[in-house]
Amino acid sequence: MTAPPPARDPTPAVEVRELSRRFGDLLAVDAITFEARRGEILALLGPNGAGKSTTIRMLCGLLAPTSGSARVAGADVVAEPDEVKRRIGYMSQRFSLYGELRAEDNLDLYGALYGLSGRRLRERREWAIALTRLGDRLGARVDELGGGLRQRLALACALLHEPEVVFLDEPTGGVDPVMRRAFFQLIDGLAAGGITVLLTTHFLDEAEYCHRVALISRGKLVAEGTPTALKELVRGQVLVEVRSDRPGAALAALAALPEVAEVTLFGAGVHARAAPGVPEADALRAMAGALGRAGVPFSPPVAAAPTLEDVFLHLVAMEEPRA
Amino acid sequence: MSEPAVSLADARLSFGAVAALDGMSFDVLRGEMFGLVGPDGAGKTTAIRTLLGLLRLDGGTAHVLGRDPASRDRDLREAVGYLSQRFTLYGDLTVDENLEFFGEIHRVRELASRRERLLGFTRLERFRRWRADRLSGGMQKKLALACTLVHTPRVLFLDEPTTGVDPVSRRELWALLSELLASGLSVLLTTPYLDEAERCSRVALVRRGRTLACDTPAALRASRRASVLEVVCAPVRRARDLLSGSPRVEEVQLFGDRLHLVPRAPGDGLQDLLSGLEGVVVSAVRRVQPSLEDVFIWRVAEEAAAEGTSP
Repeated sequence: MTAPPPARDPTPAVEVRELSRRFGDLLAVDAITFEARRGEILALLGPNGAGKSTTIRMLCGLLAPTSGSARVAGADVVAEPDEVKRRIGYMSQRFSLYGELRAEDNLDLYGALYGLSGRRLRERREWAIALTRLGDRLGARVDELGGGLRQRLALACALLHEPEVVFLDEPTGGVDPVMRRAFFQLIDGLAAGGITVLLTTHFLDEAEYCHRVALISRGKLVAEGTPTALKELVRGQVLVEVRSDRPGAALAALAALPEVAEVTLFGAGVHARAAPGVPEADALRAMAGALGRAGVPFSPPVAAAPTLEDVFLHLVAMEEPRA
Repeated sequence: MSEPAVSLADARLSFGAVAALDGMSFDVLRGEMFGLVGPDGAGKTTAIRTLLGLLRLDGGTAHVLGRDPASRDRDLREAVGYLSQRFTLYGDLTVDENLEFFGEIHRVRELASRRERLLGFTRLERFRRWRADRLSGGMQKKLALACTLVHTPRVLFLDEPTTGVDPVSRRELWALLSELLASGLSVLLTTPYLDEAERCSRVALVRRGRTLACDTPAALRASRRASVLEVVCAPVRRARDLLSGSPRVEEVQLFGDRLHLVPRAPGDGLQDLLSGLEGVVVSAVRRVQPSLEDVFIWRVAEEAAAEGTSP
């Protein structure tokens, strides 16, 4: 476990207790409980329709819960939704900025929205310019900025009013990997300074940068832990990698095996997941046999390391068996 | 070796002052799933639009099944399927009617049987009478894929088929693509997700209109003999700060609960260094393969060093 920085305030920055939200017959969020400590980077993952956005909307004070409670940055989302809005920031990769406006106009606009003026506005503007390293691009239209700059600007706008908690929605989807690394370095620096980060994403590479990951499926929290701990959850599962010059033929040969639950193409080869209860040695033997009988050339099957995506799919499959 | 299904050679195309393609090159071999992988603005969509004959190159060449796509000949058009990023289904038509509509555009013969096969393939039979706009995002993607396959193309272009699709539907889509490939189709797909590139037989990593590298994912990862050590430790920031100063460590990357270290000497396990970190508890050290994201970033740095510019 990663220890967060020494906290001035020991109460969690986000504290969610038995939070539920019903829409008619649909229980979109079903008694979810979790916490984020101050200075922690927490990822919320889940398939579409799992209740992620509904949860985030409640935590931002935009939607009242049906039952349960949540405190964000010390404010109660039911009793003080406006206070919650003042204490949080929100950034989405795609929608946060006004593209036709200049970079500095966006800063001024967000400053005005958050009610900053006078010396405080000037100070925060300076801070934002230093953070974004916009330099001489300050007067450029946002549309004309590169992806990395635009993203840092969106982050600066979300943080202009010094929120204690910031929500990031798939912040680096489609961004140059060089910039993604730089972005998460920036985020880590902010977290080290005590800002709490809640990140939602479908992009599991982003989740790898988080201290902890909470997985939501069908409105329920089904797992949470560090990325490393979550990967331990699927240790019992047998994942096998087979390399072959004829991956299509290998796929066909393995898909027919009762010992194999799922097989997909993976580069010049396939990844197969053994059926539940089939020991690794048996799975490997059955697979080598099937490939041999089919006359498919292959390198000996080896056990593969699980990714966060494997964990995600495994846990979601346990929650909602698919046809 | 047979002629590639698709090829782009030293392709150049500018929009005003912006070079969308700046010498991009790659070949898609017959029957393979090829990934064009890179961030937004790398030129992926421009490359596809060129290969579809929708844009003309300023320089270089483009070929699809041995022909020039700019000639727009009818046979070639019928041999190609294209799923654009914003493929539009007809929301007020049913699943059945959408397939029928696209079938008629392409004058597909024996459309009824073709439709049944595609519905079976995408497991959408149960939803055939549903209006397309009532389907979930993942199901809409599958229907869109079925519509691009209705005329039995030999080459399939998929522009970011998995963007905005959740991991469950994404995995299902990959399974469908695997089946297609087994039937002999050649597929060129684009993705901004580097981890997805691992699913392709070969990939081109592209950035700023150029090809950074092109090979199988395994060869790309092996192309720089660097080894990466994954170190699970706490407090992880302290460990990073201590290790970044060491001359034996070339690169330190901080993830949520662990570090990735690239030793300067590939064989160096850094054991003594890791056991001597004051105030840090190391709970696991393992050798991991560099990710394609690592490879991408290293290639960018190498190019920048060669050109004496900053990345």
